Amino acid sequence: MATSSTKSGASFAESGADLELTGISKRFPGFTAIDSLDLQIPAGSFFALLGPSGCGKTTTLRLVAGLEEPTAGRILIGGKDVTDTKPFQRPVNTVFQSYALFPHMTILENVAFGLRRRRIRDAVAKAHEALALVELDHVSSRRPAQLSGGQQQRVALARAIVNRPALLLLDEPLGALDLKLRRQMQLELKAIQTEVGLTFLHVTHDQEEAMTMADTVAVMNKGRIEQMGAPEELYELPRTAFVANFLGQSNLFTGEVVAATADAITVDVGGVPVVVPRARSQRHSGEVAIGVRPEKVTLLTEAPLPQAGRNVFGPGRVTDVSFSGVSTQYLVEVPGAGELVVFAQNMVFGPVVQVGAEVWLSWNADHGFGLDDDPGTVPRFVPDASTESIAIQRRIALEEELEQA
Amino acid sequence: MAFTAFASQTTVEQAPRKRSFVALVLLLPGIAYLLLFFLTPLISLVITSFQEPDLYGDIGDYVTAFRWENYVDAVGEYWPLILRAFGYALVATVLALVISYPIAYFIGVKARRFPLLQSLLLTLVIAPFFISFLLRTLAWKQIMSDEGPVVVFLKSIAVLPSDGHLTGTAFSVIFGLTYNFIPFMTLPLYATLERLDTRYLEAGADLYASPFTVFRTVTVPLSMPGIVSGTLLTFIPAAGDYINASRDFLGSSSTAMVGNAIEANFLVLQNYPAAAALSIVLMAVILVIVGVYVRRTGTEDLV
Ligand SMILES: Nc1ncnc2c1ncn2[C@@H]1O[C@H](COP(=O)(O)OP(=O)(O)O)[C@@H](O)[C@H]1O
Ligand SMILES: [Mg+2]
Repeated sequence: MATSSTKSGASFAESGADLELTGISKRFPGFTAIDSLDLQIPAGSFFALLGPSGCGKTTTLRLVAGLEEPTAGRILIGGKDVTDTKPFQRPVNTVFQSYALFPHMTILENVAFGLRRRRIRDAVAKAHEALALVELDHVSSRRPAQLSGGQQQRVALARAIVNRPALLLLDEPLGALDLKLRRQMQLELKAIQTEVGLTFLHVTHDQEEAMTMADTVAVMNKGRIEQMGAPEELYELPRTAFVANFLGQSNLFTGEVVAATADAITVDVGGVPVVVPRARSQRHSGEVAIGVRPEKVTLLTEAPLPQAGRNVFGPGRVTDVSFSGVSTQYLVEVPGAGELVVFAQNMVFGPVVQVGAEVWLSWNADHGFGLDDDPGTVPRFVPDASTESIAIQRRIALEEELEQA
Repeated sequence: MAFTAFASQTTVEQAPRKRSFVALVLLLPGIAYLLLFFLTPLISLVITSFQEPDLYGDIGDYVTAFRWENYVDAVGEYWPLILRAFGYALVATVLALVISYPIAYFIGVKARRFPLLQSLLLTLVIAPFFISFLLRTLAWKQIMSDEGPVVVFLKSIAVLPSDGHLTGTAFSVIFGLTYNFIPFMTLPLYATLERLDTRYLEAGADLYASPFTVFRTVTVPLSMPGIVSGTLLTFIPAAGDYINASRDFLGSSSTAMVGNAIEANFLVLQNYPAAAALSIVLMAVILVIVGVYVRRTGTEDLV
């Protein structure tokens, strides 16, 4: 039997292994799921792959696990080229998006499966321990079909983690859990990862989960990585419109660069000069796309005095106010610049201004960012396909209909 | 850390079973059918098996009695044929399983992405049914006859001695049984494997199981329903078969099975009680074997 690679190493991984993907492409008949992907994940890090549904996250994990063969490129785990090895020979375990618990085995047998294959001693005791970690030891003698979706997901987690693999692949492992349990499992996962120093490759479409758990986040779109970095860096300095809108919300503008100094560039947005630090912009001449986060923008009820280092729009008119607990979201229509979103902390009781009020908008020029996209392709604001804008369009259509009736 | 608070105690609840009048009405034809076509001959068979010869009648005239010695006589005379029947049936079933599993796996799993190929291969598996199985078995007798190409070839390469035969040997009978029952094995296996979720196989591979281990610990247990129904559909009729082992087809007197003894007693010797007793013994042994088998393979909770 071909267990030689694991026979001698019948113990847990002492530390995580690094993962390196170079020039990975995966083409299915008539469809390119992954397009020349390069990725380096240092050993012992918590790496999140974030992207919308269908962008190729699962395919990436399957390539790393060896369940899919890349059309081109190499995969290295711990410095060893594993591109041509079979899944069972790779020091990798996966928490499958579909759980894939063996229906003919009990929960305990499921969790002990990997340990038994590697002839690790005390498999049963270790399996019980892993089940206790996900608070499911009391169902260890049941069959998977007798558990709820969330319970099955936690068993899938235990079944992978119990092996302490050098590299753990998690495919949306908390998707079926309710909020409270998800938070708990997030902490649990993070604790295991730091304690043992394993490498986690965590796939999710939940930006909050990626930002709170991961050391490094890679934002994926249509089979490519758009941007990669620490969560704060990604949020503070998005490089593309996709990242700017997938991670939180952004106000985006386009315009011509009219002045450039060593420190900053000035962009003409509908007649208003907007200053962006040179170091924070990807392009420095011609037509460019720039943006600012909604919570960085201040709402003013009077025209502010011109001040160096601050960008000012206005006057504009408030078109929508929505209260959401800690903050209030204002939509402001500014002639020439379009509609902007502003988040304001609720420092006083109730909103500061009402719909229809005349306001000025201002933000510290250091908070702006310049994108790498071609301005023509940049959506003005939240993408039209987002549920939010669909809801707004529906409401407008409904109101028009009511008026006509 | 204790989060037992939200670890809900799930119990699996079955849909409540209602006694339904409609269900009873729908079942009636089936029950009537069973009574008429299964129970009637069975009772008649049991009565016959205890009959004794009519003292004043011709040969073949019997009167109702309770002559249980019929069983002792029949088993005493024919036990080698009973053993042989189960031995041949067992070997043929194992061979059919070994041959059918890869075929069924290929059609049901590997050919999944090519529905046209799948249908074509399935048709090929069923194709033999389009010809009477008597004719097919006779054809094999021709092929394996002493002047046939197979024997000539085997003799030429000295696998078979110059005075050897193929027909009339245990080999040809088991060959015939295996050949004739392969579709009965392949179809139930295919039906199970076609529904096999290959994600479980991937999970096995991800958890360090080699392809062989995945096959042993995941594929086989998950295809157990097909294996059990396939082996039963092969073993039961093969154990009672009297065509393949008949000297008119692939057998000889040294390969006779219990089916041949039943046939001879009914049709030639006109010893109806002996034939009936043998049939009942055959049926009882099969029932016991099947019962033990199904229990051992634990299919109750799989099907
Ligand atoms: N076996 C396959 N054959 C063809 N297309 C596939 C296959 N697997 C995935 N795809 C396609 O590749 C794309 C990426 O899929 P996937 O990696 O599952 O996305 P996600 O990011 O939601 O996990 C999807 O558009 C999907 O339809
Ligand atoms: Mg997916």
